[in-house]
Amino acid sequence: MQLVPFWFIVIAVLWTGFFVLEGFDFGVGMLHTAVAKDDAERRAAINTIGPLWDGNEVWLIVAAAAIFAAFPGWYATMFSGFYLAFVLVLVALIIRGVSFEYRGKRDAASWRRTWDWLMIAGSVAAPLLIGIGLGDLLAGVPINSQQEFTGSFADLLQPYALVTGITLVLICALHGATFLTLKTVGEMRERAGRVARRVAPVTAAAVVAFTIWTHVTHTTAFFLNPVELLTILAVLAAVWLVYEHRYGFAFAATAVTIASAIVSIFVGLYPNVMVSSTSAANNLTVHNTASNGYALKAMTVVVIIFLPLVLAYQAWAYYVFRRRISPAEFQPQAPPATPTPSDAALATSDGARPPASGPE
Amino acid sequence: MTTLDLSRIQFAFTSINHFLFVPVTIGLAFLTALLQTAWHRSGREEYLRLTRFFGTLLVINVAIGVVTGLVQEFQFGMNWSAYSRLVGNIFGAPLAMEGLAAFFLESTFLGLWLFGWDKLPRRVHLATIWAVSLGSVLSAAFIMAANSWMQHPVGYQMVNGKPQLNDIWALFTNPVFIWGYSKVILASLVTGAAVMLAVSAWQLRRGGAKEVFIRSARMSLIVLVPAILFTMLVGDELGVIEARYQPMKIAAAEAQWTTCQPCSFSIFQIGGGNNDHTPTQIIEIPHLLSLLATNHWNGQVIGLTPLQNQYSKQYGPGNYVPNVFIQYWGMRVMAYLAVIVLLIGLWGLWLIRRKKLATSRLFLWVATWGVILPFLMNTAGWLLTESGRQPWIVQGIMLTKNGLSLSVSTTWVVTSLVIFVLLYGTLGTVDLLLMLRYSRKELPPAPAETAPGVETPVPAVQY
Repeated sequence: MQLVPFWFIVIAVLWTGFFVLEGFDFGVGMLHTAVAKDDAERRAAINTIGPLWDGNEVWLIVAAAAIFAAFPGWYATMFSGFYLAFVLVLVALIIRGVSFEYRGKRDAASWRRTWDWLMIAGSVAAPLLIGIGLGDLLAGVPINSQQEFTGSFADLLQPYALVTGITLVLICALHGATFLTLKTVGEMRERAGRVARRVAPVTAAAVVAFTIWTHVTHTTAFFLNPVELLTILAVLAAVWLVYEHRYGFAFAATAVTIASAIVSIFVGLYPNVMVSSTSAANNLTVHNTASNGYALKAMTVVVIIFLPLVLAYQAWAYYVFRRRISPAEFQPQAPPATPTPSDAALATSDGARPPASGPE
Repeated sequence: MTTLDLSRIQFAFTSINHFLFVPVTIGLAFLTALLQTAWHRSGREEYLRLTRFFGTLLVINVAIGVVTGLVQEFQFGMNWSAYSRLVGNIFGAPLAMEGLAAFFLESTFLGLWLFGWDKLPRRVHLATIWAVSLGSVLSAAFIMAANSWMQHPVGYQMVNGKPQLNDIWALFTNPVFIWGYSKVILASLVTGAAVMLAVSAWQLRRGGAKEVFIRSARMSLIVLVPAILFTMLVGDELGVIEARYQPMKIAAAEAQWTTCQPCSFSIFQIGGGNNDHTPTQIIEIPHLLSLLATNHWNGQVIGLTPLQNQYSKQYGPGNYVPNVFIQYWGMRVMAYLAVIVLLIGLWGLWLIRRKKLATSRLFLWVATWGVILPFLMNTAGWLLTESGRQPWIVQGIMLTKNGLSLSVSTTWVVTSLVIFVLLYGTLGTVDLLLMLRYSRKELPPAPAETAPGVETPVPAVQY
């Protein structure tokens, strides 16, 4: 197989992996207050992704680094051209990341409320902005013959890109809601199901609009290609399944929806990697941005060794943390005999979980 | 200020901040793994309590290290896109490997360790903290391979004026990488050990659980002293390597404008800088610079002026002298602080021998405040390394000013710089306050007695 198209596929796979996994993290971050009515339930919601979100976010780091290594020209034009958008993506991801870590570290209502809001804002902004960026790759931005972006920030906010961003936010919300139905119990599970049913029809409408728009952006053919068709079928299936309360399959359907939505963008792009709205001759393609053959060969060896390994241990991590999370684990307990509540954390020797106020 | 200045300030600001967290992560991950291993081998619950205690500090710190690292990765493309375009096929490779081989390992296993206390068998759980430590050590290897390539490019050939990778192994056998990487790992151990020592000393001084924190104080000293000693020895060898490949860097570190043989080392100087070629150098130690730069008693060090003339001939007209003030003082701050850290460590070891570690209030006070020193030492070292590479972004291949993004306006960089300064300032403060808060917490009590041979589940850590 040719290495240049192979690396385009690797990058599409990495972005897809990022959205399938981090997608429900984003959703949980957006919805953690909507499915909870007290602090214990909020903590339960956050802890459904507690051990997993950091590993999921590495998919983004690797996706960006793979573009850097395999298609330096693409990396250079995209990251410098989308400068302000990427600054905002970084701010969103930083705020979101530390909000998981710091929210529970102090037992004050105002402290936790602040981090709740920041978590929601970051979880909405990140997929929105990344979606806008991906949409711009396909819709086209001003690029000159030297492969330099010549536009402004406003050029990024074109209709197709905005639709891509909003659609991804909605799919992430639905994906997160179905994830929560699988990882919580009792009333929380009910609430997550209700949120899913509320979000699902809107998401389906957005996905259909996004898919048709994607289709007309890159081709004049009448019929949708298989990936685009799959995106629409998957989101419709997801709607039906959440209304049927078949949450396991619904989660699978939202995973397929988000995966095929991302893949459809990359299918639409190939062999371009960034469309130039200035002139089709200035399009960045896999060929005029790729690294040399030796570099690609070396990277191919690395990815063939490590990607299966990563998939294996991440799958194991998901298996270890397969259990549902109950808010009961986070309910404040009667003050123990020890000086501070947090000290009880290690004293619970009967296998019970530490009390909610244990700030570790 | 130009876009170039602002972009350089932004990269320096975010890198220096990022590297406050990185060495703590590398050092504390290793030390926490040691503590847990000690618990596993000895079964003494003191070690379990310490593992949990320092594990919490590790996690607070990792969160910021990860997100500030993301900023570093994106900045290459955002601010330095001409550089990324030219050398991405070489420089990008180790970055991608870092993500695939190290970041995934570190973050996935940190989640498993943190939340897996009550879910994994003890032996497997112990392995997860070692995987975290391995991941952090590996990630430093890949980024140092990339950085060393900028200091001393290897493993490439020029095709139509562009460097093309033709030997990936050369990046990892680069002498600048081998010595620079060793130094980073050792300095990280010093930093982690200094943090553990400071927290333990604070607790001992305030009458925290003595029989527990004496153990962590002892362990941190046993790691600290050899680590700082080897940091200095490796640093010396790195100086010789740099003198060979980047003679400007070393000549500037001594403000040595004329060629000398043998060369002396000045303890400090008055004046100096790029426009003052005859500073008053005080207390000159004969032959020391020759030894540091060449490993020979009478080694020759070429001065900045002859190097400038040589480079002008080789690369065309221009100014090839780095900021001499930063070089001279970066070198000295780094070296002098290392000596102070070593002395504190030796003092501590001597107190252990005299069995007075827990009672010497003066030492405990010094060890608590001494935690600042490794951070200043690391920062000075990086300023020496990175400012000393200037005006090159890649030594001999590309000038920093040519690496800048053409499509990025000054307004954009001002905007991002302001945002990053505000964000990092806030997060740094929150992080410091949380670290202090958790460092001063009392230890959790010992787990309840259980029948021998029965494994008591340890509760997981949760958000």
